[in-house]
Amino acid sequence: MFAPAPFLLKDASVSQVMTQVCLALLPGIAAYAWLIGPAVLVQIVIASLTALLAEAAMLKVRGKPQAMFLSDGSAVVTAWLIALAFPPLAPWWLVATGTVFAIVVAKHLYGGLGQNPFNPAMIGFAVCIVSFPALMSQWPSVGLQLSLVEQIDVILGLAPRVDALTGATPLDALKTALKLGDGSIDVAHLLANQDIYGNFAGRGWEWVAAGYLLGGLWMWQRKLITWHVPAAFIGAMVLVSGGLWLVNPGQFANPLFHLFSGGAMLGAFFIATDPVSGCTTPRGKLIFGAGAGLLTYIIRVFGGYPDGVAFAVLLMNLCAPLIDLLTQPPIFGMKDKT
Amino acid sequence: MLMNLFKFKGGVKPPSNKAQSNHLPIALAPLPSRLVVPLHQSIGGTPRPVVSAGDTVLKGQLIGEADGWISAAVHAPTSGTVVAVAMHVQPHPSGLDALCVVIEPDGRDEWIARAPLDYRSLTPEEVREHLRQAGVVGLGGAVFPTHGKLTPAKTVPMDELVINGAECEPFITCDDLLMRERAEEVVRGIAIFRDLLQPKKVLIGIEDNKPEAAAAMRAAVDALNEPFSVVQVPTLYPAGGAKQLIRVLTGKEVPASKRSTDLGVQCFNVATAYTAWRAIAHGEPVVSRLVTLTGNVHEPRNYEVLIGTPMDELLQLAHPHPDTDGIVMGGPMMGFLVPDMHVPVVKATNCLIAHDDRLFPPKPPEMPCIRCGACAEACPHELQPFEMYWFARAKNFGKTQEYHIFDCIECGCCSYVCPSRIPLVQYFRFAKSEIWAREREKNAADGAKARFEFKQERDEREKAEKAEKLAKAAAAQAARKAAEAAATAGEAAPVAAAAPVAVDPEKEAKKAAIEAAMARAKAQREAAQPKNTEAVTFEQAHEMAEIDARREAVAPASPLPPDATLP
Repeated sequence: MFAPAPFLLKDASVSQVMTQVCLALLPGIAAYAWLIGPAVLVQIVIASLTALLAEAAMLKVRGKPQAMFLSDGSAVVTAWLIALAFPPLAPWWLVATGTVFAIVVAKHLYGGLGQNPFNPAMIGFAVCIVSFPALMSQWPSVGLQLSLVEQIDVILGLAPRVDALTGATPLDALKTALKLGDGSIDVAHLLANQDIYGNFAGRGWEWVAAGYLLGGLWMWQRKLITWHVPAAFIGAMVLVSGGLWLVNPGQFANPLFHLFSGGAMLGAFFIATDPVSGCTTPRGKLIFGAGAGLLTYIIRVFGGYPDGVAFAVLLMNLCAPLIDLLTQPPIFGMKDKT
Repeated sequence: MLMNLFKFKGGVKPPSNKAQSNHLPIALAPLPSRLVVPLHQSIGGTPRPVVSAGDTVLKGQLIGEADGWISAAVHAPTSGTVVAVAMHVQPHPSGLDALCVVIEPDGRDEWIARAPLDYRSLTPEEVREHLRQAGVVGLGGAVFPTHGKLTPAKTVPMDELVINGAECEPFITCDDLLMRERAEEVVRGIAIFRDLLQPKKVLIGIEDNKPEAAAAMRAAVDALNEPFSVVQVPTLYPAGGAKQLIRVLTGKEVPASKRSTDLGVQCFNVATAYTAWRAIAHGEPVVSRLVTLTGNVHEPRNYEVLIGTPMDELLQLAHPHPDTDGIVMGGPMMGFLVPDMHVPVVKATNCLIAHDDRLFPPKPPEMPCIRCGACAEACPHELQPFEMYWFARAKNFGKTQEYHIFDCIECGCCSYVCPSRIPLVQYFRFAKSEIWAREREKNAADGAKARFEFKQERDEREKAEKAEKLAKAAAAQAARKAAEAAATAGEAAPVAAAAPVAVDPEKEAKKAAIEAAMARAKAQREAAQPKNTEAVTFEQAHEMAEIDARREAVAPASPLPPDATLP
């Protein structure tokens, strides 16, 4: 009988962890489906099914036990993050492509669960935005009134993909207006007047971001994540956006707008906190979060893409092993030395 | 007691499961049919058996003599007959055998003459020696010989004496019951330690889930008018680890590379203090201890048990359920399944848990590590278990040491919290044993190399010395011959006197060396082979001596001085 101590185990499992991450996403998803449109739910279903199929296929190819790994929930979390990161009316095959790439290449070709150096969902997103930039930029226009069936038709390609469906995201609108403007346009004026802006960020989107924040705080309270990454991510973003906003409020949006626009909240709580591809030491997590927050801001304000979370996280994934190596905390009884 | 307590990082709160066994008073376990007393029951040298099969022994009689300073004597737990001194399977996860004294009790349980000692009239050395002879060892589970911890450090003043009554492992309640029922003797034992170590403060740490024990200890401390502080510490596994308790009570952190005395603190278990007092004040060596019987049994309870009692026989007292399929010695966090139900209770046995799958369900399959860091959060030594696991799995043992694997106390917190159900502690034990094995191999190889090099060097040196000696001897002989020649030739041959000097001394030395080697070889041959001149009668020997004398008289004198033939 092989049964080494401890004989008692805490009631914990990988599937419990993943299930709780999915639960934490629910407030954001609810706000998304309610305020932006139920298409996101369709995308979640498409991504989840694709992810599970790809996972099952790869497990079979690699000769790994199917039931144990399919039920661990990690593929579903990746799928949900992809569905939430992609435009909700993106064609089904785009979401499927991103998901397959995430599961097959970013996850299993690197050794499967726990072995991937990069965040699989963000790899899927990055591959698609580089390969299909136009489709990946088609966000639903504000006040778009389409029934669920009509949205499904668009996603499945049964209805024509007309221009009226899509509009600029708040981040896009701001960037374009500032670029095209003659310098007389001022951010405060833009935010106050255009109908795509809500109370403090994009109309509707601000509450989706608030939903992610809520779910993230719940994960922190449940000790699924520590405070380090989100706090550093948000802190870095507030610092850099706040600094530039104070210097030149006419050209730079305020920190609140940045935090509640695009993927900032999703990134801070759900993507940069991925333990497999991120840092693990407390100081390392602070550096990782701050780096991801800073890069997100730089890419979205000064770079070529409307948002920067995916590339910021991937760039920080690259640095994670080194950061961990250099930030090993002192152990019990050795705090005086070095 | 108002006192500023410190915290240690990490720790877990498994269900305590102590209520089952702590509601009944301590009972005395009956004499078993046979006692198997292992000789090696403490850290350090294995005691040498001083009895043999057939001897009758009395309770408390020495049966194993301490070997070396860090070693503790072993005694007969009851009166009876030694049936055998033989190898017997041990309560150790390895399942290996070790030398045991097997005693058949005579039922009288008759003590040796016990002499109480007034330890205040003895020197500290004498007290320590008495504890060594009485087999007093750390009963918290580490079984380090207590006398070895009772010498204060020379350079560091002893600030605190920490007494460990935390008993943080689930299921175990033997220290709890000991403190409830025998607090006075525990406190008297602590006073002995205090007198030997002369600390500034004595702190008795008890987890706050044992209010009765803490109250009893406080009452005893007050009754004996001792300035000891009884401190209730938060219940958090492993608060009863010596290093964690020292941290909580004093704020000091003892790393693996140091001894606690280097930081001016020493720690003993309450049961150790109790046995020290019994040994000094009653002359009773350690022949029994309190054992919690619990788990899958009808009547969990604490028993006073003779060392050497077979575990299966003992467990019957608690009426184990029929589906019991094993015995865990120790607690569920750090204990182990004994390899054989018949193994004896030893000084380290604080608890026996009847095992079954309902109590401790089989472990779910191991998943890959997701680096969630739960283990690092739980580690009381602030290690990074998932990193050590990674390197241990890859057999990159150097890296595990860089991540301080030897600071791991194997408390099991990391395995307990791991959502991937990875038996992390197992990996660390494996890595440690591999590192030790490699170290041993390396030391053995280094030793052999050093011995070989030393031998080579010695051979070279001896050769050189011999050559020098031979050269000198040859020169001396040549000179003597020359002198003789000169004497016989007289004044007539003045040139001849100088001639032998011209003899090449190197050649002479070589020749002499060859002769010497031949003589040595002959001597060796003679020494190795039996001679027919051995075992002769007196008359024959006398005759031979006469012949030898005659031969010597006719033979020419040895060409070399006698010392030259001996290297």
